[in-house]
Amino acid sequence: MITVHLVDTGVNNLLSICNALEMAGARLEICRHPEDLRNADRIVLPGVGAYRDCIHGLVHGGFVPILNELVLSNNIPILGICVGMQMMARRSYEGGEYEGLGWFDADVVKIQPSDPHLRIPQIGWNTTTFREGEPLAQGLPADPDFYYVHSYYLRCDNPNDIAATCQYGGIITASIRKNNIVATQFHPEKSQDFGLRVLENFLSWQP
Amino acid sequence: MKYMLKRRLIPKLQMKQSRFSAEHMVLVTTVQFNKVIEVGDPVSQAKIYQAQAADELIFLDLDATPQSRKPLTHIIRKAAEEIFMPMTIGGGVQSVQDFRLLLENGADKVAINTAAVYTPELITAASERFGAQCVVVSIDVRRNEVGKHRVWTHCGKQPTNLDPVEWAQQAEERGAGELLVTSIDRDGTRQGLDIELIARIVESVSVPVIAAGGCGVALDFVDGFLKGKADAVAAGTFFCFQDQNPMQTRAHIANAGIPIRLHT
Repeated sequence: MITVHLVDTGVNNLLSICNALEMAGARLEICRHPEDLRNADRIVLPGVGAYRDCIHGLVHGGFVPILNELVLSNNIPILGICVGMQMMARRSYEGGEYEGLGWFDADVVKIQPSDPHLRIPQIGWNTTTFREGEPLAQGLPADPDFYYVHSYYLRCDNPNDIAATCQYGGIITASIRKNNIVATQFHPEKSQDFGLRVLENFLSWQP
Repeated sequence: MKYMLKRRLIPKLQMKQSRFSAEHMVLVTTVQFNKVIEVGDPVSQAKIYQAQAADELIFLDLDATPQSRKPLTHIIRKAAEEIFMPMTIGGGVQSVQDFRLLLENGADKVAINTAAVYTPELITAASERFGAQCVVVSIDVRRNEVGKHRVWTHCGKQPTNLDPVEWAQQAEERGAGELLVTSIDRDGTRQGLDIELIARIVESVSVPVIAAGGCGVALDFVDGFLKGKADAVAAGTFFCFQDQNPMQTRAHIANAGIPIRLHT
């Protein structure tokens, strides 16, 4: 059985992601302290709600040095979800300006749909187009729908980092991948069978 | 049309305490918020809706506010073990602490109705603490004797002087991330949504609006999306009492040219 170390900064409710990862076949280690991550061989970084609260949870909880070591030096596979993905950018402009982990050359900016009728936040199921051969999309049909809830998105400098996109009055980054790091803006834990498949794909991913 | 956000189909699970056991919650339907009919077990029914690929679920505890009881957490916790789609829960929510408790037990969004009217600062407090995306302001509306829409609280038992359009705008300003608009007059009647009400609110706010109350045939959903311009349509009675499930209804909606999730 594959063990997943889940970062728990105390800011987010992890029940749904825990239930979904277990359904996908993972054994979970909930990591409330940075040292709990020490033996991780697969990490999930969740995040919902305000960017500021999430990043403060990581920084003040002392998680940043060990995450940098495990992910950037030891190449441990990691999956970021929603704000968990956004925290991998260099900075976010949500409610101010906050520095992120800086793993991707990207900024987190407000969605500004070209169509004024589109509502913010984007809430609901949207068609998601993955790049050819993306590991998270293995076994999924072309252009599956996933569940999104967000007002901000990741704007990448480098198009090579973008693994999937959706359309919301413009192109929105739906997933990113670089080396051993992968992340989704959508919520696999809320996307029924397709979402569980994404989590299974992460569990078996060998970057 | 394919590459866009889909409109949502949301079964609404209304719950009351069982007549036989106060600890047991039963799934019910209502007509104009009265005439309660017990129809089953909420969590079992939720699992059926999951199998039928509903887009989201709304659980409403109808007794909590009238009985001044705290919201129930065990139903949502049990549902969260096996249901992997967004879940909203409402009924009896009065404080930021209630929000926290429900979110910790598996809710993705929390609906507030009576408390939002009487303590509107709760909308802002919850929105700032947990994010606007999880604050759903539920607005129950009845037409008065001269046909004007008015907001009612306490599960349709107490009138207010609030105009639902003004109230919707105020709720959005205060931080609501979504609005659930229910016509009490149409509830359970299967006569169709109050399209005028829905359209007026949709035009006056920029957050997503869920329309509810009155769906009797699949065409009523189509009207809610096309004429009402609702982002989502919720229904209780519709899915409980006839040979219609979210999958079949979805096909009707797609045939009317409305973007909706088909391949699940």
